[in-house]
Amino acid sequence: MLLRAAWRRAIGAATPAPRPGPAAPTRGLRLRVTDHAPQSPAPLNTATAPEAESGLRPLYMDVQATTPMDPRVLDAMLPYLINYYGNAHSRTHAYGWESEAAMERARQQVASLIGADPREIVFTSGATESNNIAIKDLEAAIQPDTSLVSVMTVNNEIGVKQPIAEIGQICSSRKVYFHTDAAQAVGKIPLDVSDMKIDLMSISGHKIYGPKGVGAIYIRRRPRVRVEALQSGGGQERGMRSGTVPTPLVVGLGAACEVAQQEMEYDHKRISKLSERLIQNIMKNLPDVVMNGDPEHHYPGCVNLSFAYVEGESLLMALKDVALSSGSACTSASLEPSYVLRAIGTDEDLAHSSIRFGIGRFTTEEEVDYTVEKCIHHVKRLREMSPLWEMVQDGIDLKSIKWTQH
Amino acid sequence: MAASSHAQMLDLYRAILRLSKHFSAYDYRTYAVRRIRDAFRENKNVKDPVKIQNLVNKNKRDLEIIRGQVHIDQLSSTDKLVIVNQEEPGPREPGTSHQQAVDHL
Repeated sequence: MLLRAAWRRAIGAATPAPRPGPAAPTRGLRLRVTDHAPQSPAPLNTATAPEAESGLRPLYMDVQATTPMDPRVLDAMLPYLINYYGNAHSRTHAYGWESEAAMERARQQVASLIGADPREIVFTSGATESNNIAIKDLEAAIQPDTSLVSVMTVNNEIGVKQPIAEIGQICSSRKVYFHTDAAQAVGKIPLDVSDMKIDLMSISGHKIYGPKGVGAIYIRRRPRVRVEALQSGGGQERGMRSGTVPTPLVVGLGAACEVAQQEMEYDHKRISKLSERLIQNIMKNLPDVVMNGDPEHHYPGCVNLSFAYVEGESLLMALKDVALSSGSACTSASLEPSYVLRAIGTDEDLAHSSIRFGIGRFTTEEEVDYTVEKCIHHVKRLREMSPLWEMVQDGIDLKSIKWTQH
Repeated sequence: MAASSHAQMLDLYRAILRLSKHFSAYDYRTYAVRRIRDAFRENKNVKDPVKIQNLVNKNKRDLEIIRGQVHIDQLSSTDKLVIVNQEEPGPREPGTSHQQAVDHL
């Protein structure tokens, strides 16, 4: 408590400082002295991120970027971060044996979620590494009649669900490998690698309420799919991914998968209801809002809306009390409109006006209502300021305008 | 036999609910309270004594998990969310939270 008060006084002595950190565009959060008394025992980490103007943190509605850890996952990981610190590959003592047992238990938990055999799961540092392993296989095994199809199960920008089972059927009949990046889908919609004829699947820990820095790749054994290792070394993970397996992280991934399996139905029902509420309330109160992506084959937790005549970035800045994004985190530093929206044929101007709302396991009705209220308020306000909107209200067809060059 | 399991369940339910309200993180607090209420409502009519015993055991484990997580949560607390003013009073009345943290040790 004293540490934190001293830190605030030091900050208050200077004028509002620029936000430290990466060069990525800031969201307008400024350092400010607040006068509300700290209420708890000294926080573990006093070098916290700058607070929002009122000293309160924004709501989190960006679950496609990353998710908070489920308390049950942290609980499972703790022993391996504190006392059970053995290397899972040490064969000669209890530290190694117990760590290995935990790793194999986690492997079983991941396999069980997707209907696979534990021997088909290789732990990696995340879905990106898994994707690279899967694609490298193509170069290694290329023959005139071999190729690879790689499709995202659930798109991370617009939430569209791809027809995985149908694609799997086609690939299997044509003897073509089928890989899917299931980072946004695992634990949220039912997946079975046998039913859907999936040969390779990428899994990410931090998208399913697990820790960051861990993932897995599913590699089918029957019929055998051969992959080439990206990194060589001690031959861990059957030679497919050398490097000490990080026991605490894989235990977290396993726990996240087990919790997801138990909670999938409950979460899906709740998230669908909240998603419906968000979309209906926004569309009821604002004209000219378009939902991007096929509404029928859609994962409800990822809602991507375009607000005509409003610039996406300015709406994001206005909604500073809600953590949102206008596309995938992977591409957020560039100013180009989303490649996904362009691919589905969205108009340039609508693509620039899109916002992605993420609804997850911990999202509450209050958070959705707050977000909707702020969104409606700011869209109306921004439209009032927009000359384009004024022209539309006057009945002018924007497409008929011949813009002159200066 | 059934009556004492039933009483045990009620005690567990009250204990878990009471404990869950001590999470200082809004998302964890609301999730725990909501999930527990919904889970107990869902299993209200389970009659099979074996199933009931399994549920009792599971809830005992969950109680311990929540106890540990609430303690950690209070150690690493941060500012409240913007929405918190609209919610029922949280557990962090000044002066009492340190005592609560000690109680959990």
